[in-house]
Amino acid sequence: MEQRRPILSLKTGLVFLLPAFVFVLLFLIVPFVWIIIISFTNQSLTGVTALHPQFVGLGNYLDLFNFSTWMTRGNFGSSLFITMEFVIGSALIGQVLLGLALAVAFYRRKGTLREFVNTLVILAWIIPDVVVAFSWGAFLNRDYGTLNAILNAIGLGRPDWQLQYSLFAIIIFNTWRGTAFSMLLFSSALATIPPSYMETAEVLGATFWQKLRDILLPLLRGNIITDMILITLWTFNTFSPFLLTGGGPSYKTEVISIFTYRVAFKFFQFGEGGAIAVVTMAINFVLVMVYLFILRRQAVYS
Amino acid sequence: MRKFRKLLGSVYYYLFVALVVAFFGLPLLWLILAPFNSRSYLAVEIPANPTLDNFRAVFQNKFAMHALTQSNLILAVGTMLGITLISTLTAYALSRARIPGRNYMTYSLMLFSSVVTGTAAMVPVFLIISRMGLIDSYLGVILVIIGGNLPAAIFIMRDFVDGIPRSYEESAVVSGASPFQVFLDVALPLVRPGMMVIAVWAFVNAWGAFLIPFVLLRSPNKLPASTAIYSFYTEAGTPNIKLVSAYALLYTLPVVVFYLFINWKYGFRFFGGIKR
Amino acid sequence: MKKQLYILVALLVTASMVLAACGATPTAAPATAAPVTAAPATAVPTVPAEPITLSIICRCVMGGNGESTAKWMLQYVIPKFQEEMTAQGKDVTVELVQFGGSDEELKARYALDLAAGSGNDVMAFDGFWTPEFASGGLIKPLEAIVGPTYLDWEGWAHIPTAVQQLLTYQGKVYGIPVGTDARVIWYRKDVFKQAGLPDNWQPKSWEELLAAARTIKKALPNVVPLQLNAGTAMGEATTLQGWYMAFLGTGNNVYDFQTNKYPVTGQGFLDTLNLYKTIYVDEKLGDARMQLLPDGRLLSFQGFRDGTVAMLVEGDYFWRSVLAKGGDAELTNRDALVGWAKMPAMSPGKGVNNQDFVTASGGTGFILNPNTKYTAEAWALTSFIFSKDSLNFFSTLQAGIRSRDDVPVPNDPVLTTIAKEMLPLTVTRPPDPAYSLDVSPEIQLMTERVVSGEMTPQQAMEAFAKTITTDVGADKVEATK
Repeated sequence: MEQRRPILSLKTGLVFLLPAFVFVLLFLIVPFVWIIIISFTNQSLTGVTALHPQFVGLGNYLDLFNFSTWMTRGNFGSSLFITMEFVIGSALIGQVLLGLALAVAFYRRKGTLREFVNTLVILAWIIPDVVVAFSWGAFLNRDYGTLNAILNAIGLGRPDWQLQYSLFAIIIFNTWRGTAFSMLLFSSALATIPPSYMETAEVLGATFWQKLRDILLPLLRGNIITDMILITLWTFNTFSPFLLTGGGPSYKTEVISIFTYRVAFKFFQFGEGGAIAVVTMAINFVLVMVYLFILRRQAVYS
Repeated sequence: MRKFRKLLGSVYYYLFVALVVAFFGLPLLWLILAPFNSRSYLAVEIPANPTLDNFRAVFQNKFAMHALTQSNLILAVGTMLGITLISTLTAYALSRARIPGRNYMTYSLMLFSSVVTGTAAMVPVFLIISRMGLIDSYLGVILVIIGGNLPAAIFIMRDFVDGIPRSYEESAVVSGASPFQVFLDVALPLVRPGMMVIAVWAFVNAWGAFLIPFVLLRSPNKLPASTAIYSFYTEAGTPNIKLVSAYALLYTLPVVVFYLFINWKYGFRFFGGIKR
Repeated sequence: MKKQLYILVALLVTASMVLAACGATPTAAPATAAPVTAAPATAVPTVPAEPITLSIICRCVMGGNGESTAKWMLQYVIPKFQEEMTAQGKDVTVELVQFGGSDEELKARYALDLAAGSGNDVMAFDGFWTPEFASGGLIKPLEAIVGPTYLDWEGWAHIPTAVQQLLTYQGKVYGIPVGTDARVIWYRKDVFKQAGLPDNWQPKSWEELLAAARTIKKALPNVVPLQLNAGTAMGEATTLQGWYMAFLGTGNNVYDFQTNKYPVTGQGFLDTLNLYKTIYVDEKLGDARMQLLPDGRLLSFQGFRDGTVAMLVEGDYFWRSVLAKGGDAELTNRDALVGWAKMPAMSPGKGVNNQDFVTASGGTGFILNPNTKYTAEAWALTSFIFSKDSLNFFSTLQAGIRSRDDVPVPNDPVLTTIAKEMLPLTVTRPPDPAYSLDVSPEIQLMTERVVSGEMTPQQAMEAFAKTITTDVGADKVEATK
């Protein structure tokens, strides 16, 4: 979107930015620099290294990437792998796809059904974390849960979601939790498409899938990628699964934020926690770069 | 043929909707039914004798009730106002002024915030707030939650602001209005739906916040509901399901009501779908 | 444009580095607030009429968890103490901070507060946190805060040294324990009767314990015969109620008090892990799910209440708090339905200290915050909590084994017997920060790996040995007998 002449002068613009700047400096940038600095020490909150921390250089980082124990469950490599599965499953396949599907299904439909479904999906998004954790705990319970009550009634038995399929469970859980955002984003994007496109296609006898593939998706490509960036970042760093599984059983669902929590808050190892945070940030950075690259490429072609 | 295809399409549509409703609705059944059950159960069962006793017991817990009605409210409203105002100001500036590197800014802020609002940043945040003397104050918590959620709010707001046609503002500038007047009198009313979305989003985030209030607050009468719910646990560390579910329901209602209200009055949707 | 951007970024980074460096100088206890070196060596009586406010914090909420402790504070300790202070001409108000979170959250909060040089004056404290906090300089011995006059308190003579150990580190006392506890096997008499087992059952070896479990499994297939805590989900409850109870039976302690080393390998480990394997993997005498789920502890409690779990190795608070009236797994007719037996060693005489039966004890208490502004009054308050009348009052609210020997266990024959028979046999946890930071979590992980079938006992033991040797150093580990 090119501008002819800015409405605000640079000076005024900077003044407007000031409050946000102060917040960002104080609560984002300073903590981040602190984390980087501390990641080179073995500072902890309790134990001897609280009083006498030492500078350990890259020690914490080397510990994290110690390839002989890296992938054991409960260690960094394993947590990264789990997070990756979690993000692909819940963010890319789950939220984006489901959000898109919902937006497309309700495209140009109105009425109470749409409103009802909309509200339901958004409810899943806004109900407090703690409450959702309890609800899902009850839902997935092997012996008493609603899900298994239904599955059992149709003859599929009672799978042990919390123990055997725990990663799958949190993927579904997180999809349930976050789809609303994608749905809203795509809904509003679809609303900007001139109705004449679809009407023309109707007249020409296009099927649903053809309309989707040839009109909607190409126009939405930019939105899809932007949505994917946001959802990937948020899902990568989300802490909610902790309330459902605590990272277990046996660390099988310990995504990176839960791993950081265990190290930094349960064992108060700030040095190591800092190193994890820095590496996480670096990975996030790479992911964003990849997405932006794709975004720019498709912008050239659109 | 076309009629058949249309019929099939309808079938798929209703099937899909049914699945979606089941998917999003079923996990919530427990929340609706358990509080009225006199047995302490994780199972969902329609209570034989629905009772309000659990709520009565919950009301007795002054600490938890106070958390819900006062602490949560103050934190959520404070955060909501802060984020809405500042993100609108910032998004407006980013959209309407030619600030160098603004796209880089937006993305790197998103990057920072998603990681730094996690558990790793709790300690430096604690130290900073401690130095500012704001430990155990609502203000401290509000500031931190604002700081953490600002980048995402700006990201979303910018989309709304970008979508407002500039013609009104331009004519205002031509007629000699000061930048602040342009912002307050012309732009703000137009961007109100977006502000409402951000307001709800901010309110929801603050209402459910757990880690930050936990780390920064000390007095029991300032702790929010997300912490207070654990006071319905026993000494052995296990939850009293009857009371927990009742409290959880009470805890949920305000955000739901708020959302429904805003949705009814302004509509709850994004603007252009955030394309960049 | 780009140049301006770079300058801006450079300024930002420099500014934040300066700010952050100010905050990140790794002395987590800033010299500003904490009067570490300035602590008064002797307690000087304060001039009266200056209004003083003290605060007590505990995991106690009226109408929530720990209610009896909350009542104790609010109905007895605070009003009576304030009276006493007034009688001495001092204007003292005491507030109770009712913390409603989990144990882990309380610990995190303490760590943060103490590191920042603040915190409440009198803090409820779980004994086994003491080494970790003390070695980190977050808490200080009573001697350092109050001065040698702390020994003048009459209560010390009534608290056995072994019990004082609960809040002691490197020979220095940091607070006063409320009481202690012991662990036994709780069993359902009615289920036993149905399975044809004796009413006054007392196994003398692991084999007899397993035999009873097998009998129950055969007779009542829908009942889980035995639950022995394992897994990371239950945290310290796994180590103390599970691992300790079995491992002690092989003649070994988790910490060798003689050599000051941790056993990390050896036959004792294999025997214990094989016991877990027999129970949970081979013969399914226990339900592994309860050990692996986050709310597994609640499930096991409720199972016992409902009679679907026959035997449960747990602390005495299971009896006095969980099963009791108002508890979360309240069992009406508890006295008739529930029996208890001592946990046997692997075979008679094979237990630690050549005992036939074993148990372990923990305990909580209250410590004095080194950052308190009013050391004399805060110490007076702390010791007041543990006066004879005060502890007796608490015992009317909740039965338990108290720290003072002149405070009897009221009206509860089970607890009285447990106190008499088990406490002489008990061991306490290591006075070493590495225990809570490294060893206990690794023990939990080790049991989890065996119980979930992921590793064999040999593999789990080797993984444990490797990790602990790295964590505490090769000079602090040894093999079991």
